[in-house]
Amino acid sequence: MNEAPVIEVAGLTKRFGDVLAVDGIDFTVARGSVTALLGGNGAGKTTTISMLLGLLLPTAGTMRVLGEDMVRHRYRVLPRMNFTSPYLDLPHRLTVRENLSVYGHLYGLPDVRGRVGQLARDLQLGDFIDREAGKLSAGQKTRVALAKALLNTPDLLLLDEPTASLDPDTADWVRGYLETFRKAAGASVLLASHNMGEVERLCDQVLMLRAGKIVDRGSPAALIQKYGRRNLEEVFLDIARKRGIGALDQAAQ
Amino acid sequence: MTAHAATMWTQPAVLMLRRVLAMLVRYALLLKNSWTRIFELIYWPSIQMVLWGFISVFLRQNSSWVAQAAGVLIASVLLWDVLFRGQLGVSVSFMEEMWSRNLGHLFTTPLRPLELAVALMAMSLIRTLIGTIPAALLAIPMYQFSIFTLGLPLIAFFANLLIFGWALGLMLSGLILRFGQSAESLAWLAVFLLAPVSAIYYPVEILPGWLQAIAWALPSAHVFEGMRAAMFDHVVRLDHLASAVALNAVYMVLGAAAFLFAVRVARQRGLFLNMGE
Repeated sequence: MNEAPVIEVAGLTKRFGDVLAVDGIDFTVARGSVTALLGGNGAGKTTTISMLLGLLLPTAGTMRVLGEDMVRHRYRVLPRMNFTSPYLDLPHRLTVRENLSVYGHLYGLPDVRGRVGQLARDLQLGDFIDREAGKLSAGQKTRVALAKALLNTPDLLLLDEPTASLDPDTADWVRGYLETFRKAAGASVLLASHNMGEVERLCDQVLMLRAGKIVDRGSPAALIQKYGRRNLEEVFLDIARKRGIGALDQAAQ
Repeated sequence: MTAHAATMWTQPAVLMLRRVLAMLVRYALLLKNSWTRIFELIYWPSIQMVLWGFISVFLRQNSSWVAQAAGVLIASVLLWDVLFRGQLGVSVSFMEEMWSRNLGHLFTTPLRPLELAVALMAMSLIRTLIGTIPAALLAIPMYQFSIFTLGLPLIAFFANLLIFGWALGLMLSGLILRFGQSAESLAWLAVFLLAPVSAIYYPVEILPGWLQAIAWALPSAHVFEGMRAAMFDHVVRLDHLASAVALNAVYMVLGAAAFLFAVRVARQRGLFLNMGE
Protein backbone atom coordinates (compact mmCIF):
# COMPACT_ATOMS: atom_id res chain seq x y z
CA MET A 1 0.00 0.00 0.00
CA ASN A 2 1.32 3.43 -0.95
CA GLU A 3 1.58 5.51 2.21
CA ALA A 4 3.22 8.56 0.58
CA PRO A 5 1.35 11.77 1.40
CA VAL A 6 -1.23 12.86 -1.16
CA ILE A 7 -0.09 16.47 -0.79
CA GLU A 8 3.48 17.58 -0.08
CA VAL A 9 4.01 21.33 0.01
CA ALA A 10 7.38 22.97 0.69
CA GLY A 11 8.12 26.69 0.83
CA LEU A 12 4.92 27.47 -1.07
CA THR A 13 4.68 31.19 -1.72
CA LYS A 14 2.29 33.36 -3.69
CA ARG A 15 2.80 37.06 -4.14
CA PHE A 16 0.35 39.38 -5.92
CA GLY A 17 2.37 42.55 -6.49
CA ASP A 18 3.10 43.90 -3.02
CA VAL A 19 0.74 41.47 -1.30
CA LEU A 20 2.21 38.26 0.06
CA ALA A 21 -0.87 36.02 0.04
CA VAL A 22 0.91 32.79 0.98
CA ASP A 23 4.25 33.02 2.73
CA GLY A 24 6.48 29.98 2.41
CA ILE A 25 4.20 27.33 3.90
CA ASP A 26 5.12 23.67 4.37
CA PHE A 27 2.70 20.84 5.06
CA THR A 28 1.71 17.34 4.07
CA VAL A 29 -1.67 15.65 3.88
CA ALA A 30 -1.67 11.95 4.69
CA ARG A 31 -3.49 9.52 2.45
CA GLY A 32 -7.07 8.96 3.56
CA SER A 33 -7.03 11.84 6.02
CA VAL A 34 -9.06 15.04 6.29
CA THR A 35 -7.03 18.21 6.78
CA ALA A 36 -8.49 21.63 7.44
CA LEU A 37 -7.08 24.99 6.47
CA LEU A 38 -8.33 27.44 9.07
CA GLY A 39 -7.85 31.16 9.13
CA GLY A 40 -9.64 34.47 8.87
CA ASN A 41 -10.56 36.16 5.62
CA GLY A 42 -7.43 36.82 3.59
CA ALA A 43 -5.35 34.30 5.53
CA GLY A 44 -4.43 32.47 2.31
CA LYS A 45 -6.77 29.45 2.37
CA THR A 46 -8.35 29.90 -1.06
CA THR A 47 -5.03 30.92 -2.60
CA THR A 48 -3.44 27.72 -1.27
CA ILE A 49 -6.27 25.57 -2.60
CA SER A 50 -6.13 27.32 -5.97
CA MET A 51 -2.43 26.57 -6.27
CA LEU A 52 -3.01 22.94 -5.36
CA LEU A 53 -5.64 22.74 -8.10
CA GLY A 54 -3.29 24.21 -10.69
CA LEU A 55 -5.52 27.28 -11.11
CA LEU A 56 -2.81 29.54 -9.76
CA LEU A 57 0.93 29.37 -10.30
CA PRO A 58 3.04 29.73 -7.17
CA THR A 59 5.70 32.43 -6.95
CA ALA A 60 8.05 30.00 -5.22
CA GLY A 61 8.09 26.61 -3.56
CA THR A 62 7.09 23.13 -4.60
CA MET A 63 3.81 21.19 -4.54
CA ARG A 64 3.49 17.49 -5.13
CA VAL A 65 -0.06 16.22 -5.42
CA LEU A 66 -0.70 12.48 -5.63
CA GLY A 67 3.00 12.07 -6.29
CA GLU A 68 3.22 14.55 -9.19
CA ASP A 69 4.71 18.01 -9.46
CA MET A 70 1.55 20.12 -9.74
CA VAL A 71 3.21 22.92 -11.70
CA ARG A 72 4.76 20.72 -14.37
CA HIS A 73 2.50 17.68 -14.57
CA ARG A 74 -0.91 18.72 -13.38
CA TYR A 75 -2.73 16.92 -16.19
CA ARG A 76 -1.47 13.61 -14.81
CA VAL A 77 -3.36 14.15 -11.56
CA LEU A 78 -6.32 16.38 -12.44
CA PRO A 79 -8.41 13.33 -13.46
CA ARG A 80 -7.95 12.04 -9.87
CA MET A 81 -8.85 15.28 -8.08
CA ASN A 82 -11.90 17.46 -7.79
CA PHE A 83 -13.16 20.40 -5.78
CA THR A 84 -15.97 22.71 -4.80
CA SER A 85 -15.69 26.45 -4.40
CA PRO A 86 -18.17 29.16 -3.42
CA TYR A 87 -16.43 31.44 -5.94
CA LEU A 88 -17.42 29.37 -8.97
CA ASP A 89 -20.71 28.30 -10.48
CA LEU A 90 -21.87 25.73 -12.95
CA PRO A 91 -23.38 27.23 -16.12
CA HIS A 92 -26.78 28.59 -15.13
CA ARG A 93 -28.62 27.90 -18.36
CA LEU A 94 -27.82 24.21 -18.52
CA THR A 95 -29.82 21.76 -16.47
CA VAL A 96 -28.19 19.90 -13.60
CA ARG A 97 -28.13 16.70 -15.68
CA GLU A 98 -26.60 18.48 -18.67
CA ASN A 99 -23.93 20.08 -16.50
CA LEU A 100 -23.01 16.83 -14.80
CA SER A 101 -22.92 14.97 -18.12
CA VAL A 102 -20.59 17.56 -19.66
CA TYR A 103 -18.26 17.28 -16.68
CA GLY A 104 -18.51 13.50 -16.73
CA HIS A 105 -17.14 13.51 -20.26
CA LEU A 106 -14.48 16.09 -19.38
CA TYR A 107 -13.28 13.72 -16.66
CA GLY A 108 -13.40 10.82 -19.11
CA LEU A 109 -15.79 8.63 -17.13
CA PRO A 110 -16.49 5.31 -18.84
CA ASP A 111 -20.21 5.39 -18.00
CA VAL A 112 -21.34 8.99 -17.63
CA ARG A 113 -25.07 8.31 -17.58
CA GLY A 114 -24.71 5.62 -14.94
CA ARG A 115 -22.51 7.77 -12.71
CA VAL A 116 -24.81 10.79 -12.98
CA GLY A 117 -27.77 8.57 -12.11
CA GLN A 118 -25.95 7.12 -9.12
CA LEU A 119 -24.99 10.55 -7.78
CA ALA A 120 -28.52 11.82 -8.37
CA ARG A 121 -29.79 9.03 -6.11
CA ASP A 122 -27.03 9.37 -3.50
CA LEU A 123 -27.28 13.16 -3.25
CA GLN A 124 -31.05 13.29 -3.76
CA LEU A 125 -30.95 15.43 -6.89
CA GLY A 126 -33.93 13.70 -8.49
CA ASP A 127 -36.44 16.48 -7.92
CA PHE A 128 -34.40 19.08 -9.73
CA ILE A 129 -31.97 17.23 -11.97
CA ASP A 130 -33.73 18.52 -15.09
CA ARG A 131 -33.98 22.08 -13.80
CA GLU A 132 -31.58 24.80 -14.96
CA ALA A 133 -28.66 25.18 -12.55
CA GLY A 134 -29.35 28.91 -12.21
CA LYS A 135 -32.82 28.25 -10.78
CA LEU A 136 -31.73 26.21 -7.77
CA SER A 137 -31.77 27.18 -4.11
CA ALA A 138 -28.48 27.56 -2.20
CA GLY A 139 -28.85 24.10 -0.67
CA GLN A 140 -29.62 22.50 -4.02
CA LYS A 141 -26.66 24.27 -5.61
CA THR A 142 -24.38 22.94 -2.89
CA ARG A 143 -25.56 19.39 -3.48
CA VAL A 144 -25.05 19.79 -7.25
CA ALA A 145 -21.57 21.24 -6.66
CA LEU A 146 -20.82 18.25 -4.48
CA ALA A 147 -22.11 15.89 -7.17
CA LYS A 148 -19.81 17.56 -9.70
CA ALA A 149 -16.92 17.24 -7.23
CA LEU A 150 -17.58 13.52 -6.73
CA LEU A 151 -18.23 12.65 -10.40
CA ASN A 152 -14.78 11.17 -10.95
CA THR A 153 -14.67 9.52 -7.49
CA PRO A 154 -11.58 11.60 -6.69
CA ASP A 155 -8.63 10.36 -4.66
CA LEU A 156 -8.19 13.92 -3.46
CA LEU A 157 -11.06 16.29 -2.77
CA LEU A 158 -10.46 19.98 -2.13
CA LEU A 159 -13.39 21.72 -0.51
CA ASP A 160 -13.47 25.48 -0.10
CA GLU A 161 -16.17 26.34 2.45
CA PRO A 162 -18.42 23.45 1.38
CA THR A 163 -21.24 24.33 3.78
CA ALA A 164 -21.11 28.12 3.60
CA SER A 165 -24.58 29.70 3.35
CA LEU A 166 -26.36 26.43 4.13
CA ASP A 167 -28.95 25.99 6.85
CA PRO A 168 -27.78 23.78 9.75
CA ASP A 169 -29.84 20.80 8.62
CA THR A 170 -28.50 20.79 5.05
CA ALA A 171 -24.96 21.51 6.27
CA ASP A 172 -25.14 18.56 8.63
CA TRP A 173 -26.41 16.34 5.84
CA VAL A 174 -23.52 17.42 3.58
CA ARG A 175 -20.98 16.68 6.33
CA GLY A 176 -22.49 13.26 6.86
CA TYR A 177 -22.34 12.51 3.17
CA LEU A 178 -18.71 13.62 2.94
CA GLU A 179 -17.78 11.34 5.84
CA THR A 180 -19.52 8.42 4.16
CA PHE A 181 -17.86 9.12 0.82
CA ARG A 182 -14.39 9.45 2.32
CA LYS A 183 -14.66 6.19 4.20
CA ALA A 184 -16.10 4.31 1.24
CA ALA A 185 -13.68 5.68 -1.38
CA GLY A 186 -10.61 6.02 0.83
CA ALA A 187 -10.24 9.56 -0.42
CA SER A 188 -8.20 12.33 1.14
CA VAL A 189 -9.77 15.71 1.80
CA LEU A 190 -8.36 19.20 2.17
CA LEU A 191 -10.99 21.50 3.57
CA ALA A 192 -11.10 25.27 4.03
CA SER A 193 -13.83 26.28 6.40
CA HIS A 194 -14.97 28.91 8.87
CA ASN A 195 -17.19 26.42 10.63
CA MET A 196 -15.25 25.14 13.64
CA GLY A 197 -17.81 22.50 14.54
CA GLU A 198 -17.44 21.09 11.05
CA VAL A 199 -13.67 20.98 11.35
CA GLU A 200 -13.80 19.31 14.77
CA ARG A 201 -16.17 16.70 13.43
CA LEU A 202 -14.45 15.91 10.13
CA CYS A 203 -10.75 16.64 10.38
CA ASP A 204 -7.71 14.70 11.50
CA GLN A 205 -5.34 17.64 11.13
CA VAL A 206 -5.78 21.40 11.28
CA LEU A 207 -3.45 23.97 9.72
CA MET A 208 -3.92 27.40 11.27
CA LEU A 209 -3.20 30.18 8.78
CA ARG A 210 -2.67 33.84 9.50
CA ALA A 211 -1.41 36.40 6.97
CA GLY A 212 -0.28 33.64 4.63
CA LYS A 213 1.73 31.69 7.22
CA ILE A 214 0.94 28.48 9.05
CA VAL A 215 1.05 29.62 12.66
CA ASP A 216 0.07 26.34 14.27
CA ARG A 217 -0.98 22.82 13.40
CA GLY A 218 -2.20 19.63 14.98
CA SER A 219 -5.31 17.56 15.49
CA PRO A 220 -8.39 19.48 16.70
CA ALA A 221 -8.15 17.78 20.12
CA ALA A 222 -4.43 18.50 20.42
CA LEU A 223 -4.89 22.17 19.53
CA ILE A 224 -7.75 22.57 21.99
CA GLN A 225 -5.61 21.03 24.70
CA LYS A 226 -2.53 23.03 23.73
CA TYR A 227 -4.37 26.34 23.96
CA GLY A 228 -6.31 25.29 27.03
CA ARG A 229 -9.67 25.99 25.39
CA ARG A 230 -13.03 24.27 25.34
CA ASN A 231 -13.37 24.12 21.57
CA LEU A 232 -11.69 24.95 18.29
CA GLU A 233 -13.54 28.23 17.91
CA GLU A 234 -11.78 29.60 20.98
CA VAL A 235 -8.46 28.37 19.63
CA PHE A 236 -9.24 30.08 16.31
CA LEU A 237 -10.00 33.36 18.09
CA ASP A 238 -6.76 33.14 20.08
CA ILE A 239 -4.79 32.73 16.90
CA ALA A 240 -6.75 35.21 14.78
CA ARG A 241 -6.41 37.87 17.50
CA LYS A 242 -2.74 37.02 17.96
CA ARG A 243 -3.22 35.88 21.54
CA GLY A 244 -0.68 33.36 22.72
CA ILE A 245 -1.36 29.99 24.27
CA GLY A 246 -3.37 30.43 27.48
CA ALA A 247 -3.56 34.22 27.01
CA LEU A 248 -7.26 34.24 27.68
CA ASP A 249 -6.77 32.49 31.01
CA GLN A 250 -4.04 34.94 31.96
CA ALA A 251 -6.29 37.85 31.09
CA ALA A 252 -9.07 36.33 33.21
CA GLN A 253 -6.70 36.02 36.16
CA MET B 1 -20.65 -1.54 -20.01
CA THR B 2 -18.12 -4.24 -20.92
CA ALA B 3 -14.48 -4.02 -19.82
CA HIS B 4 -13.41 -3.68 -23.46
CA ALA B 5 -15.83 -0.81 -24.09
CA ALA B 6 -14.72 0.90 -20.88
CA THR B 7 -11.06 0.61 -21.96
CA MET B 8 -11.83 2.03 -25.39
CA TRP B 9 -13.61 5.02 -23.84
CA THR B 10 -10.56 5.87 -21.76
CA GLN B 11 -7.84 5.77 -24.46
CA PRO B 12 -5.91 9.10 -24.51
CA ALA B 13 -6.95 10.05 -28.05
CA VAL B 14 -10.56 9.15 -27.34
CA LEU B 15 -10.47 11.10 -24.09
CA MET B 16 -9.19 14.17 -25.95
CA LEU B 17 -11.97 13.87 -28.50
CA ARG B 18 -14.53 13.37 -25.74
CA ARG B 19 -13.37 16.53 -23.96
CA VAL B 20 -13.67 18.57 -27.14
CA LEU B 21 -17.08 17.08 -27.90
CA ALA B 22 -18.22 17.66 -24.31
CA MET B 23 -17.45 21.36 -24.65
CA LEU B 24 -19.12 21.48 -28.05
CA VAL B 25 -22.22 19.85 -26.56
CA ARG B 26 -22.10 22.36 -23.69
CA TYR B 27 -22.20 25.30 -26.17
CA ALA B 28 -24.79 23.61 -28.36
CA LEU B 29 -27.05 23.03 -25.34
CA LEU B 30 -26.71 26.67 -24.41
CA LEU B 31 -27.88 27.61 -27.88
CA LYS B 32 -30.64 24.99 -27.91
CA ASN B 33 -31.96 26.21 -24.56
CA SER B 34 -32.30 29.80 -25.78
CA TRP B 35 -34.32 30.54 -28.92
CA THR B 36 -33.44 34.24 -28.63
CA ARG B 37 -29.77 33.41 -29.22
CA ILE B 38 -30.62 31.42 -32.33
CA PHE B 39 -32.86 34.24 -33.54
CA GLU B 40 -30.08 36.77 -32.99
CA LEU B 41 -27.63 34.61 -34.95
CA ILE B 42 -29.94 34.62 -37.96
CA TYR B 43 -31.29 38.17 -37.56
CA TRP B 44 -28.20 40.32 -38.20
CA PRO B 45 -26.82 38.54 -41.28
CA SER B 46 -30.30 38.50 -42.83
CA ILE B 47 -30.91 42.20 -42.15
CA GLN B 48 -27.50 43.09 -43.56
CA MET B 49 -28.18 41.02 -46.65
CA VAL B 50 -31.58 42.63 -47.22
CA LEU B 51 -30.11 46.10 -46.84
CA TRP B 52 -27.19 45.49 -49.18
CA GLY B 53 -29.49 43.68 -51.59
CA PHE B 54 -31.56 46.83 -52.11
CA ILE B 55 -28.41 48.93 -52.42
CA SER B 56 -27.24 46.46 -55.08
CA VAL B 57 -30.49 46.75 -56.98
CA PHE B 58 -30.15 50.52 -56.98
CA LEU B 59 -26.46 50.50 -57.93
CA ARG B 60 -26.92 47.92 -60.66
CA GLN B 61 -29.06 50.49 -62.45
CA ASN B 62 -26.71 53.37 -61.72
CA SER B 63 -23.20 51.89 -61.60
CA SER B 64 -21.48 50.18 -64.48
CA TRP B 65 -19.08 48.49 -62.06
CA VAL B 66 -21.79 46.79 -60.03
CA ALA B 67 -23.74 46.04 -63.19
CA GLN B 68 -20.85 43.89 -64.44
CA ALA B 69 -21.42 41.36 -61.66
CA ALA B 70 -24.86 41.25 -60.19
CA GLY B 71 -24.78 40.27 -56.59
CA VAL B 72 -21.17 41.27 -55.89
CA LEU B 73 -22.21 43.43 -52.94
CA ILE B 74 -24.50 40.72 -51.56
CA ALA B 75 -21.67 38.18 -51.85
CA SER B 76 -19.37 40.66 -50.12
CA VAL B 77 -21.71 41.21 -47.18
CA LEU B 78 -22.39 37.49 -46.79
CA LEU B 79 -18.69 36.62 -46.80
CA TRP B 80 -17.86 39.50 -44.46
CA ASP B 81 -20.38 38.02 -42.09
CA VAL B 82 -18.50 34.72 -42.20
CA LEU B 83 -15.42 36.52 -40.87
CA PHE B 84 -17.41 38.49 -38.29
CA ARG B 85 -19.48 35.51 -37.11
CA GLY B 86 -16.41 33.29 -37.10
CA GLN B 87 -14.62 35.66 -34.75
CA LEU B 88 -17.70 36.36 -32.66
CA GLY B 89 -18.48 32.64 -32.40
CA VAL B 90 -15.17 32.02 -30.65
CA SER B 91 -15.25 35.14 -28.46
CA VAL B 92 -18.88 34.87 -27.35
CA SER B 93 -18.63 31.18 -26.46
CA PHE B 94 -15.55 31.99 -24.42
CA MET B 95 -17.32 34.88 -22.72
CA GLU B 96 -20.18 32.53 -21.82
CA GLU B 97 -17.67 30.71 -19.61
CA MET B 98 -16.62 33.96 -17.98
CA TRP B 99 -20.19 35.13 -17.46
CA SER B 100 -21.14 31.84 -15.82
CA ARG B 101 -17.97 31.81 -13.67
CA ASN B 102 -17.17 28.38 -15.08
CA LEU B 103 -13.55 28.80 -16.19
CA GLY B 104 -12.23 27.77 -12.78
CA HIS B 105 -14.15 24.52 -13.03
CA LEU B 106 -13.02 23.88 -16.60
CA PHE B 107 -9.34 24.47 -15.92
CA THR B 108 -9.34 22.03 -13.01
CA THR B 109 -10.59 19.23 -15.25
CA PRO B 110 -8.27 17.38 -17.64
CA LEU B 111 -9.42 19.77 -20.40
CA ARG B 112 -6.37 21.41 -22.04
CA PRO B 113 -6.55 25.05 -23.17
CA LEU B 114 -5.98 24.00 -26.78
CA GLU B 115 -8.85 21.52 -26.55
CA LEU B 116 -11.06 24.34 -25.32
CA ALA B 117 -9.85 26.42 -28.28
CA VAL B 118 -10.76 23.62 -30.70
CA ALA B 119 -14.23 23.38 -29.16
CA LEU B 120 -14.67 27.16 -29.42
CA MET B 121 -13.72 27.02 -33.10
CA ALA B 122 -16.05 24.12 -33.82
CA MET B 123 -18.89 26.01 -32.14
CA SER B 124 -17.99 29.08 -34.15
CA LEU B 125 -18.44 27.06 -37.35
CA ILE B 126 -21.90 25.95 -36.21
CA ARG B 127 -22.93 29.49 -35.21
CA THR B 128 -21.62 30.89 -38.50
CA LEU B 129 -23.56 28.35 -40.54
CA ILE B 130 -26.74 29.02 -38.55
CA GLY B 131 -26.31 32.74 -39.17
CA THR B 132 -25.24 32.89 -42.78
CA ILE B 133 -27.07 30.02 -44.52
CA PRO B 134 -30.59 31.49 -43.99
CA ALA B 135 -29.37 34.87 -45.26
CA ALA B 136 -27.76 33.26 -48.32
CA LEU B 137 -30.93 31.31 -49.06
CA LEU B 138 -33.09 34.40 -48.58
CA ALA B 139 -31.05 36.25 -51.21
CA ILE B 140 -32.12 33.77 -53.89
CA PRO B 141 -35.85 34.63 -54.03
CA MET B 142 -35.37 38.27 -53.02
CA TYR B 143 -32.61 39.30 -55.42
CA GLN B 144 -32.24 36.32 -57.76
CA PHE B 145 -28.69 35.93 -56.55
CA SER B 146 -27.25 32.69 -55.24
CA ILE B 147 -23.82 32.85 -53.68
CA PHE B 148 -23.65 29.09 -54.18
CA THR B 149 -23.09 29.69 -57.92
CA LEU B 150 -19.51 30.57 -57.00
CA GLY B 151 -18.98 26.83 -56.72
CA LEU B 152 -15.82 25.35 -55.20
CA PRO B 153 -14.06 28.70 -54.72
CA LEU B 154 -16.85 29.60 -52.28
CA ILE B 155 -15.63 26.82 -49.98
CA ALA B 156 -12.10 28.27 -50.13
CA PHE B 157 -13.38 31.80 -49.43
CA PHE B 158 -15.57 30.57 -46.58
CA ALA B 159 -12.82 28.46 -45.00
CA ASN B 160 -10.21 31.22 -45.17
CA LEU B 161 -12.50 33.86 -43.69
CA LEU B 162 -13.68 31.49 -40.97
CA ILE B 163 -10.11 30.55 -40.02
CA PHE B 164 -9.09 34.21 -39.92
CA GLY B 165 -12.13 34.83 -37.71
CA TRP B 166 -11.01 31.99 -35.40
CA ALA B 167 -7.53 33.48 -35.12
CA LEU B 168 -8.97 36.89 -34.26
CA GLY B 169 -11.44 35.28 -31.85
CA LEU B 170 -8.67 33.48 -29.99
CA MET B 171 -6.62 36.68 -29.74
CA LEU B 172 -9.63 38.63 -28.47
CA SER B 173 -10.55 35.87 -26.00
CA GLY B 174 -7.02 36.11 -24.66
CA LEU B 175 -7.40 39.87 -24.25
CA ILE B 176 -10.78 39.48 -22.56
CA LEU B 177 -9.35 36.86 -20.20
CA ARG B 178 -6.46 39.17 -19.37
CA PHE B 179 -8.41 42.42 -18.97
CA GLY B 180 -11.81 41.09 -17.87
CA GLN B 181 -15.24 42.47 -18.57
CA SER B 182 -13.95 45.92 -19.45
CA ALA B 183 -12.49 44.40 -22.61
CA GLU B 184 -15.63 42.54 -23.66
CA SER B 185 -16.78 45.21 -26.10
CA LEU B 186 -13.67 44.38 -28.14
CA ALA B 187 -15.39 41.17 -29.17
CA TRP B 188 -17.96 43.19 -31.12
CA LEU B 189 -15.78 46.11 -32.21
CA ALA B 190 -12.32 44.84 -33.05
CA VAL B 191 -13.11 43.13 -36.34
CA PHE B 192 -14.56 46.37 -37.75
CA LEU B 193 -11.11 47.91 -37.47
CA LEU B 194 -10.13 45.53 -40.24
CA ALA B 195 -13.17 46.22 -42.41
CA PRO B 196 -11.79 49.28 -44.27
CA VAL B 197 -8.57 47.48 -45.15
CA SER B 198 -10.19 44.14 -45.97
CA ALA B 199 -11.44 45.60 -49.27
CA ILE B 200 -14.85 44.07 -48.76
CA TYR B 201 -16.82 46.27 -51.14
CA TYR B 202 -14.03 47.86 -53.22
CA PRO B 203 -10.66 46.77 -54.65
CA VAL B 204 -7.47 47.11 -52.62
CA GLU B 205 -6.03 49.40 -55.30
CA ILE B 206 -8.26 52.30 -54.27
CA LEU B 207 -6.62 52.40 -50.82
CA PRO B 208 -3.66 54.72 -50.21
CA GLY B 209 -0.30 52.97 -50.69
CA TRP B 210 0.48 52.48 -47.00
CA LEU B 211 -2.97 51.04 -46.36
CA GLN B 212 -2.56 48.68 -49.32
CA ALA B 213 0.49 47.21 -47.58
CA ILE B 214 -1.64 46.55 -44.49
CA ALA B 215 -4.48 45.14 -46.61
CA TRP B 216 -2.21 42.60 -48.30
CA ALA B 217 -1.11 41.39 -44.87
CA LEU B 218 -4.69 40.32 -44.15
CA PRO B 219 -6.18 37.05 -45.47
CA SER B 220 -9.53 38.83 -45.80
CA ALA B 221 -8.28 41.26 -48.47
CA HIS B 222 -7.00 38.33 -50.55
CA VAL B 223 -10.31 36.53 -50.19
CA PHE B 224 -12.38 39.53 -51.30
CA GLU B 225 -10.04 40.21 -54.23
CA GLY B 226 -10.36 36.53 -55.15
CA MET B 227 -14.13 36.76 -54.87
CA ARG B 228 -14.29 39.75 -57.22
CA ALA B 229 -11.98 38.00 -59.69
CA ALA B 230 -14.32 35.01 -59.67
CA MET B 231 -17.42 37.16 -60.13
CA PHE B 232 -16.14 39.78 -62.58
CA ASP B 233 -13.55 37.82 -64.56
CA HIS B 234 -14.72 34.27 -63.90
CA VAL B 235 -11.21 33.19 -62.90
CA VAL B 236 -9.89 31.51 -59.78
CA ARG B 237 -6.93 33.53 -58.49
CA LEU B 238 -4.72 30.87 -56.93
CA ASP B 239 -2.16 33.51 -55.95
CA HIS B 240 -4.70 35.21 -53.68
CA LEU B 241 -5.82 31.83 -52.34
CA ALA B 242 -2.25 30.79 -51.54
CA SER B 243 -1.56 34.13 -49.84
CA ALA B 244 -4.71 33.82 -47.75
CA VAL B 245 -3.81 30.28 -46.66
CA ALA B 246 -0.23 31.25 -45.77
CA LEU B 247 -1.32 34.33 -43.85
CA ASN B 248 -3.98 32.33 -42.04
CA ALA B 249 -1.34 29.85 -40.89
CA VAL B 250 0.60 32.74 -39.37
CA TYR B 251 -2.49 34.31 -37.76
CA MET B 252 -3.64 30.98 -36.34
CA VAL B 253 -0.27 30.44 -34.68
CA LEU B 254 -0.42 33.99 -33.31
CA GLY B 255 -4.03 33.53 -32.13
CA ALA B 256 -3.30 30.23 -30.38
CA ALA B 257 -0.14 31.67 -28.82
CA ALA B 258 -2.02 34.75 -27.56
CA PHE B 259 -4.75 32.54 -26.08
CA LEU B 260 -2.27 30.21 -24.36
CA PHE B 261 -0.26 33.16 -23.08
CA ALA B 262 -3.41 34.72 -21.62
CA VAL B 263 -4.28 31.43 -19.88
CA ARG B 264 -0.81 31.38 -18.36
CA VAL B 265 -1.12 34.99 -17.20
CA ALA B 266 -4.53 34.14 -15.72
CA ARG B 267 -2.90 31.30 -13.78
CA GLN B 268 -0.21 33.65 -12.52
CA ARG B 269 -2.68 36.33 -11.45
CA GLY B 270 -5.48 34.14 -10.15
CA LEU B 271 -7.98 35.45 -12.69
CA PHE B 272 -9.97 32.23 -12.97
CA LEU B 273 -11.48 32.73 -9.52
CA ASN B 274 -12.11 36.44 -9.87
CA MET B 275 -14.25 36.82 -12.92
CA GLY B 276 -17.91 36.57 -13.71
CA GLU B 277 -21.18 38.42 -13.76
